[in-house]
Parts: sequence; structure tokens; C-alpha cells
Amino acid sequence: MTRLKLSSSTLINIGGSIIAVTIALLLGAVVMRLSGADPWAAYKALWNGAFVGKRSIAETLIYSAPLILAGLGFALSMRAGLFNIGIEGQLIVGGFMAALVGAWDLGLPSVLYVPLALFAGAVGGAFWGFIPGYLKAKAGAHEVITTIMLNYLAMRLITYLVLRRDDILPVDPTFVATKKVVPEARLPLLMPPTRLHLGIVIAIAAAIILWYILFKTRFGFNVRAVGLSQGASAYGGINWGRTVVIAMIIAGALAGLAGAGESLGLHGRHWSAAPGYGFTAIAVGLVGRNHPIGVIFSGLLFGALNAGGPAMQSADVSKEIVQLIQGFIILAIAALEVVNRFPAIRSRFSRRSAASKAGA
Amino acid sequence: METTTATTTQASANSGIDYAIRMQGIVKRFPGVVANDGIDLLVRPGEIHALLGENGAGKSTLMNILFGLYTPDEGEIAVNGKPVDFSGPRDAVLAGLGMVHQHFMLIPRFTVTENIILGNEGSKSVLDRTAAAKRVREISESYGLLIDPDAKVDDLTVGLQQRVEILKALYHGSRILILDEPTALLTPQEIEDLYGILNRLKADGTTIVFITHKLKEVAAVSDKVTVIRRGKTVGERITSDTTGQELADLMVGRGVSLTVERTPATPGRTILSARNLTATPIHGHKPLTIEHLELRAGEILGVCGVEGNGQSELVEVLSGLRPITGGTLTINDTDVSTCDPNGFRAAGLSYIPEDRHHRGLILDFPLWENVLLGNAQEGPFVRSGIVRERTLQARTSQLMQDYDVRAPSPSTPARSLSGGNQQKLIIARELFRNPDVLLAIQPTRGLDVGAIEFVHKELVRVRDEGKAVMLLSYDLDEVMDLSDRIVVMSEYGITGEFNAGEVTRNHLGLLMGGRHSDDQAEA
Repeated sequence: MTRLKLSSSTLINIGGSIIAVTIALLLGAVVMRLSGADPWAAYKALWNGAFVGKRSIAETLIYSAPLILAGLGFALSMRAGLFNIGIEGQLIVGGFMAALVGAWDLGLPSVLYVPLALFAGAVGGAFWGFIPGYLKAKAGAHEVITTIMLNYLAMRLITYLVLRRDDILPVDPTFVATKKVVPEARLPLLMPPTRLHLGIVIAIAAAIILWYILFKTRFGFNVRAVGLSQGASAYGGINWGRTVVIAMIIAGALAGLAGAGESLGLHGRHWSAAPGYGFTAIAVGLVGRNHPIGVIFSGLLFGALNAGGPAMQSADVSKEIVQLIQGFIILAIAALEVVNRFPAIRSRFSRRSAASKAGA
Repeated sequence: METTTATTTQASANSGIDYAIRMQGIVKRFPGVVANDGIDLLVRPGEIHALLGENGAGKSTLMNILFGLYTPDEGEIAVNGKPVDFSGPRDAVLAGLGMVHQHFMLIPRFTVTENIILGNEGSKSVLDRTAAAKRVREISESYGLLIDPDAKVDDLTVGLQQRVEILKALYHGSRILILDEPTALLTPQEIEDLYGILNRLKADGTTIVFITHKLKEVAAVSDKVTVIRRGKTVGERITSDTTGQELADLMVGRGVSLTVERTPATPGRTILSARNLTATPIHGHKPLTIEHLELRAGEILGVCGVEGNGQSELVEVLSGLRPITGGTLTINDTDVSTCDPNGFRAAGLSYIPEDRHHRGLILDFPLWENVLLGNAQEGPFVRSGIVRERTLQARTSQLMQDYDVRAPSPSTPARSLSGGNQQKLIIARELFRNPDVLLAIQPTRGLDVGAIEFVHKELVRVRDEGKAVMLLSYDLDEVMDLSDRIVVMSEYGITGEFNAGEVTRNHLGLLMGGRHSDDQAEA
């Protein structure tokens, strides 16, 4: 009943993403060539660093987990018609909350402690997503503005709490982080001796659940309807404000889980210095065409780029090249979007291909 | 009919005239559709030739082929007797063709002259604006296309922008003009002006191909008309020798009735009743006040009026989209004044909105998800919040069959349907719930003859089934043809109420213009 059907538009979307990634890799090669490095060796190193060997695969999956979860959050908000730049803030609030609960040492067994700490992370993110959702629904405040402000607010607030409030919170000012999460609250490791933890499983499960919600339930129908046409959804009796707020709560919870996975899984504490996954998540969502299953794959792609990046240095290519390639991917995706959106350009392309077909 | 066409074509081909345009056996396939399936079009020099067909019949594709925008898969084209094979619009322009697209291709920030000389600026590196402006003025005066060459296109009305497009074609030396649905965006007065311009151009020897789906326009300006249906030429007629009925039948492919047949109404109980209704105004508008409005079973109530006199507010209030600030509103004796659209639906209301693209449908959704719109309460389609896709798909297929919605499958996106098919889907969705009241708002806007006939018949059928129908239209003829009772909306209120047949067009026109009705208004 819940088959995943590949419609022609899905295939076009997948094709578009693959083309964008290919273009980006080619552009990256050109840049490496210009900077005097050997692109072939660099990409080989990237591949080896991301996929060859148990440790490399583990690293790719470790990086992918938060990107997939945060990408899902972004994708869900986009489906509801909101450009949620606040994933970063929602992610760090979630990570911080999960780490606090995990570091408090509540004396619980793992089976209870891990879910509780994850839940705390989801709640933190959800709250940080609820605020812009509520402001949008009640006052029409634009989410781009409010989420950017909330990102800064989250960063500064956590830095303050971590540095100054060690009197009441389990934080460690000397590390600019929370205290260590107790072992009972840590996410179990999947493939020792690698650092691979449960996060990736949570991410993939979340993607499948979100797919089901979006495409098989009334709530998902409402979210997509609201995102595509406010006029038609009002006509259909869908409460726009309610739908937007709930979508933002769930999106925030997903981002919060991404942060929780980092503090409870990888680091064992929440560092105040954020790695910026919330921003990469925007790219992950876009490359995955805001489709939960697509987000799994684009999350894996960006995870692999991050994991393989350091290995490129062995081929005399700086790690920044990897970020450059990520930038190229986003540009290429954006360019393809432009082609898709504007019929005039598209018809030019299709005319060309039609003409060449006729000529053949 | 088909035989006649063939003979005419044969005869003309044999007589050896140099046609201004000769397109024969044109075939153009797009993925999944054959847009042109062997079309013939023969246009003599100096005539106004109407190309008539329903939306999606292949008119625009054919003209885009003629203008070099598409390459035909099969067929021959000759312009002024010479076979041509255009590889782009530039070739077409060089061959003396000019095209005025439905959506203008002008640069708003440029002046009229700058737009006209675009693509033909001359070989000098410095533009000679004065000379160009002079030439533009000469051409515009010789054809009575009065326009200020230095005006910014931005500041011009749609009608004047169209003149710029025509001037542009003439400036580039076009002797054959193709106009794609040129009246679609014009006011009645601008349409009259356009007819005048076309006749002057014809007198000067310009050949004109006029694409349209409106019978009135064919009769008003054309000398000859070629009718196409589903990608095939189905007839060529001399306009003065044919009738609107014949053309309509050809265009649709079966006998269509241009007039609505219906028996006198037998009004029953009151189903929807509004008293002293007021609503929050749309920003900057006056507040709506409806003292008294009733919809009765088995009756079509027509609402006429000039657009912008509170109609949008009325519709939103009656469908639950706009909150009511005072008065009472009942459907089937249920008070719905505090309900949302779902509450109105539950009370027995269905609603065909004016705007198919932004209200009636979600264009990117497949048809079956569009059927879910407004039907997503717990019930056959949704159980415990889970959408029952299979039931919904099956129901959609059924509705598509019952209402002749032409689409490959229930999973087709609504966007890819023609306007008529989109409207049929909406009607199907709104009627299968078996409502007691149907609000039909501008239900035939932008539809072609066949689809209009369908919608009108459907409204009468629904009435005869004993439902209450409200038809709101800005087309007074439509309201007068279909309604059993008519109310006039003016100044955000109802200013007159009549039984059909007891009021003249003129009287309604006066009321629509703001005059208040006297004694007979109070029924």
C-alpha cells in the first residue's frame, strides 16, 4: 500500500540533483587544476576517505546523521511554505538541552535515559521552531527575519549559560561546553571501535516516518496544500496558522534531534562553538528536493564530502576545496531551479532538444 | 464536413494560386501528446483569416511552427508560394511574418521606439533614435495606430501595448501578421479599436491570421475561417457563408447548443437564508451589508453586477471564508455564522470558486489529491487521520468518467489539464457530496464553447434535482439565460430582486450602474 512510486517528475528531480552534483564536481576539478593540484588524485582521496574501509564509512555516516535530521527539518518547513533559516538555532538549542539532561546524572538506566535525553533535545528544538511559527501565524512576522534573529539569540544565550551559569547548570566554563554526558545517556555505539553511534539509525527512521506523515496522512496533505496554495487550502477548510505552527514545531524537533545526536552520540557534551550544520541542512534539503527520501541521499552525499575532506589534504588539496564543492552544488541546484521555474528558459531548452531530435 | 474540407483544399491547391501561407499536413508531437495531427491551413494574400479551435486544439502550436519557434515533425510550409524551413523566428521575420503573442514580448522600461527597433537597430554603433522615432511615427500614422513613440511601455494600457507589438511587426517589414488570441486581455472598447486597426491593415494589403476560440470575433472581423479540433483541420468556411452554430459544432465535434434549454423552475423550501448580514471588509473596501438573501431548492438565483461591488465579499461570507460580524446565516436551518468552510460543507454547501488556479485547485497536486481538497474530514477518504489513497484514486477515476474529465490518470497533476477539464474536475468534486446548495462563481470564465455548454447544462441539471443554485457572473447574458430569479449587487449590497422574465436587460443595467430599484425590489 505504501509503495514508493517513481513518477516522471520524481525522475526529473533526481536527474536534476545528479546533474547538479556532477557539474559541481567538474567545477571543483577545474579549480583544483588551476591551483596546481591533481583533481583525479584529490577525488580518489575523497572517495577513499568517505567510502573505503570500515572507519571511512563510519565517519561518513557520523557526519550524515545530523545533516539528514536537520535537512528533514528544513524540508518539512519548506513543504509548509516557510523558508526556515533557523535550523541552526533549533539544532543547537536541541543539542544543548539534550546535553544538559544527559550531564545531570539522573541515575536512570540507559533504556530510559537515552530516550529522555533525546526527547529533551527534540523539545528544545521544537520550542525554538514554535516561536517563529507562532509569530508567523499570529502576526505575519516573516520567518526569514525571525529565524535569523533566533539563531543569534540561541548562540549567545547558550554561550552565556555555559560561561556564567555553572552555579545552577551542569556546564564547564573552561571548555565553553556542557559537562560530560553520563555514559547511561550516551547513544549506543553501532560498530566499535569506530565512533559510529545510533544517530544515523534515528535519522533514517525519522526520514521514513516523515515521508509517511507528509504523503500518507491528512496532516501531511494539509502541510503540502498550505505550502503550495494558501487560497486553495483555505477553500479546502485547512487552518493555515495551525498547520504552519505544527509544521514548525516538528521541523524544530527534527533539528533538535540532530543536535541531540551530536551531544549524546559523537561529542558526549554540547560545545558552544557550533559546526554550522544548520546551514548545510538548507543545502541538504534543497538537493534532496525537500523529499524525505531524497534528503537521506543528499545527507549522505554531504556527509561523505565532510568525511572525505580531510583525506583530500593528502593529495595537496586544502580542505576548503570541499566547502567550495558544496557551494558549487548549491549554485548548480539553484541554476537548475531557475531553468525549471521560468518557462521561457525551459522552452528554449526543450526546443533545442526537440530540434536536435528532429534533425537526427 | 470532412469531405468538404478535403475537396476545398484539393481545388485550391490545383488552381495554382500563390497563397500567403500554405501549411499542409503539419504534424507536431510532444512527449505524450500529438498537438498537431495533420493540419492544413491555406491563407490567401490580403485576407483576415480566423483560426478557430477550443483551448488545446493545437492553434498556438501551429502558429509557433509557422513562426519558426517549433520545428514540425511532418508537413510542408510555404510562404508566398515559396517553400520555407525556418530554424527560428528570425527566419520567419525575414520572410515577412510578424507575430503578436498573447503575452506581449515587450521590455517595460524601454520606450515605444526602443521596443520597436529592438532586434533591428541598424548597423551603426550609435543608435539613431531620432530617425527611428520618425519612422515609427510615420508607420503609426499611416495605419491609424496612434501612439507616442517616446512613451514608456510601462505607462501604456494593455490595448496600447498591443499596438506597439503590431507596430513592431510592421516596422520589421511584416506583410503577414499572426495574432494569438489578441482579445484575451482587452476591454470591449479596445476590442472594437483592434477590429478597426485590422481592417485598415487589410485594406493596405496585409494578410492577417487571427487565432481565437470566440465565435463572436470570427463573425466580427474575419473573411475566412479554418476550424481545428484535436490537432486536425475539420473545416474551412467563408465567414459570411456560415453560422455561429455550424462553427461551434465543427469546433466541438458534435452538436452544441449555444442557448440553454430549461423548463420553468419549481422553487421549494428555503435552503440558505441570510438576514442583515455584515462582514469584516477587505482592506480599503466598504463593508458588505446584505439585508435579505434566500436560496431556494430547485431554483437558480442569478447575481449580476459590475465587478468590485462586494461580490468577492459575498461569496467569501456565504462559503465560510470571511467571518461574519452581524446578522444570521443559516443553511438547512443550521446556524453557520460561526463556522469555518468545513462547517459550511457539513451543513450542505458546495462551492465552485471563481479562481480555478488559486482557490479551486492545487495545480501541483495530482487529481486525486485535488478531490481530497475539502473532503478530508473523517469519512470514506480519511480514517483516523490516514488518507485512504486507493479509495480516493478509485473515486477520482469514477468522477473523471462521469464528468468526462480528460486526463491520463488520477495521478496526473491538475496543472496539465485544460481549463475546461480543470473546471469539470472541480464540479465533479463539489457535486459528488450531494450538496443542497451550490455556489457557482463565474463558472464559465475562460472556458471554450464546449465546456461552457457542459457547465450550463450541469447547473440546470443540479437545479432540476432540487438543489439551490446561486450563479454569480459578471456576464449579464449568462445570468439572464440561466436564472430563475435575479438579484443585482451594487455598492456592497443587493439593490434589486426580480423574477426572470419580469425584468429587462436595460433595467438591470441601470441598477448595476448604481441606480436603486423602486417598489418591485422588495419581494
